[in-house]
Amino acid sequence: MEGKVVAMTYSYFPGCTLKTKAKDLDRYARISAEALGFTLEELPDWQCCGGVYSMAKDEIATKLSSIRALAKARDLGQPLVTLCSACHNVIKQVNHDMQTDDNIVQKANNYLKLDTPYQGETQVLHYLEVLRDIVGFDNLKKQVTNPLKGKKIAAYYGCLLLRPGKVMQMDNPENPIILEDFIRAIGATPVLYPMRNECCGGYVTLDEKSVAQSRSNKVMTSAKENGADMVITACPLCLYNLQKNSGVSDLSVVYFTELLAEALGLK
Amino acid sequence: MADYKQVVLNASGVNPLKCMRCGKCSGTCPSYDAMEYHPHQFVYMVEKGEIEKLMASKSIYTCLSCFACVERCPRDVEPAKLIEVVRLAVVRQQGRNHLKSEYVPERIDDDLPQQAIVSAFRKYTK
Repeated sequence: MEGKVVAMTYSYFPGCTLKTKAKDLDRYARISAEALGFTLEELPDWQCCGGVYSMAKDEIATKLSSIRALAKARDLGQPLVTLCSACHNVIKQVNHDMQTDDNIVQKANNYLKLDTPYQGETQVLHYLEVLRDIVGFDNLKKQVTNPLKGKKIAAYYGCLLLRPGKVMQMDNPENPIILEDFIRAIGATPVLYPMRNECCGGYVTLDEKSVAQSRSNKVMTSAKENGADMVITACPLCLYNLQKNSGVSDLSVVYFTELLAEALGLK
Repeated sequence: MADYKQVVLNASGVNPLKCMRCGKCSGTCPSYDAMEYHPHQFVYMVEKGEIEKLMASKSIYTCLSCFACVERCPRDVEPAKLIEVVRLAVVRQQGRNHLKSEYVPERIDDDLPQQAIVSAFRKYTK
C-alpha cells in the first residue's frame, strides 16, 4: 500500500508506569503504530527496569531485569522498542554494559543461566527512532489526516532520552531535532527554548520537593516565554513534575503519542 | 577502616586525575544550589581521599542523575559516577537507607508515577 512501511513487528517494553499512571502514552502509541504499519508486541513477563540506571560497576542485580528483557527480545529475533524515557535510558545503558564490560557480562550470565548467554546483541530503539528511521517523518507527514496547524509546541527532551550521548546515540545531546522534526511532521510548529534538555527534578520530588519545584518551574517558564502553547514529553515523571511541581498551570503538558494519534485521526 | 578511596575509584571507574578543574560540571549541575559539595568538589575530594566528608553530606541525595555533568565534561571525568558510588557506600550499610518506606505514603499523591517511587528506592535504598 502506498505510503505504508513494510509490516514490522517489534518487541515492546512498556514499563511499570505505562500500565498505570501513563496509560495514554502507551495506548496512543500502539494504535498509531498499527495505523503506520508496525506492531508493538509486548514482551512476555517483562519486569520493571528500576527507573534509573545504576552507574556503579559493581551493581549487577539492579541490571538483571533489563538483561532479561534484552535477552528475550534477542531470542524472539526482534529489536526492542521502548517508549518511556526512563526505561529507554536504563535498558540502553545496561545493553551498553553488556557490550563493553566483561565483568558485568560474566557475572550477569553466571547468575541468569540463560540457554544462550547474553552479550548485548539486541538493538534497542525508542519509539521516536522507529518513527524517524523506519517509518520516516516524511512518510508520517503523508499519513497525517488532521494536521495540528497553528499549534506552537515545545518539545521537552529532559535528560534521559539524550544522555549520555555516546551511549544513547539518539540525537545530538545538546542540540537535538528529533522531537522538533516530529512536531513538523504532524503539522504543528516547534518552539525552541533553552531549557528543553535540562532536568525536571526527577525522582528527587520524593526527597526534596523544592528541588523539583525549582527545576520544573525553570523549564516551564522558559517554554512559556518562548511562546509555546503546549509542551510534549515521552517521560511520565517529567510530565508529573512539569504539571504538578512547576507552579505553571496555564501551559498544558501532554505525551507526544497523544498528539500523534490526534494527527492520524485516531483520537 | 576500609580504604574508601580505592573502593570508590574501582566501583565508579572514574579517574579524578583527568580533571582539569574547569568547573563545567558544577556550572551545568541543575542541583548546584541544593548541594553542600558540588560535582567538581566530589572529584577533588575523592582524589584527596576525603570520602567520609562526602558520605556525611546531604549532597549525595540531591544529585538528579541527569547526566549533564557526564555529558558536558570536556575530559570525560563523569563526576555523577563518583556521587553515585559515594551514596552507595552509605546506603549499602545496614540501617542506612535514606528513604524509609513508612514515609512514602505521606509524600505521594494520586498523580505521582510509579516510576518516581521505584527510582527513588533504587537511588536511596538497598
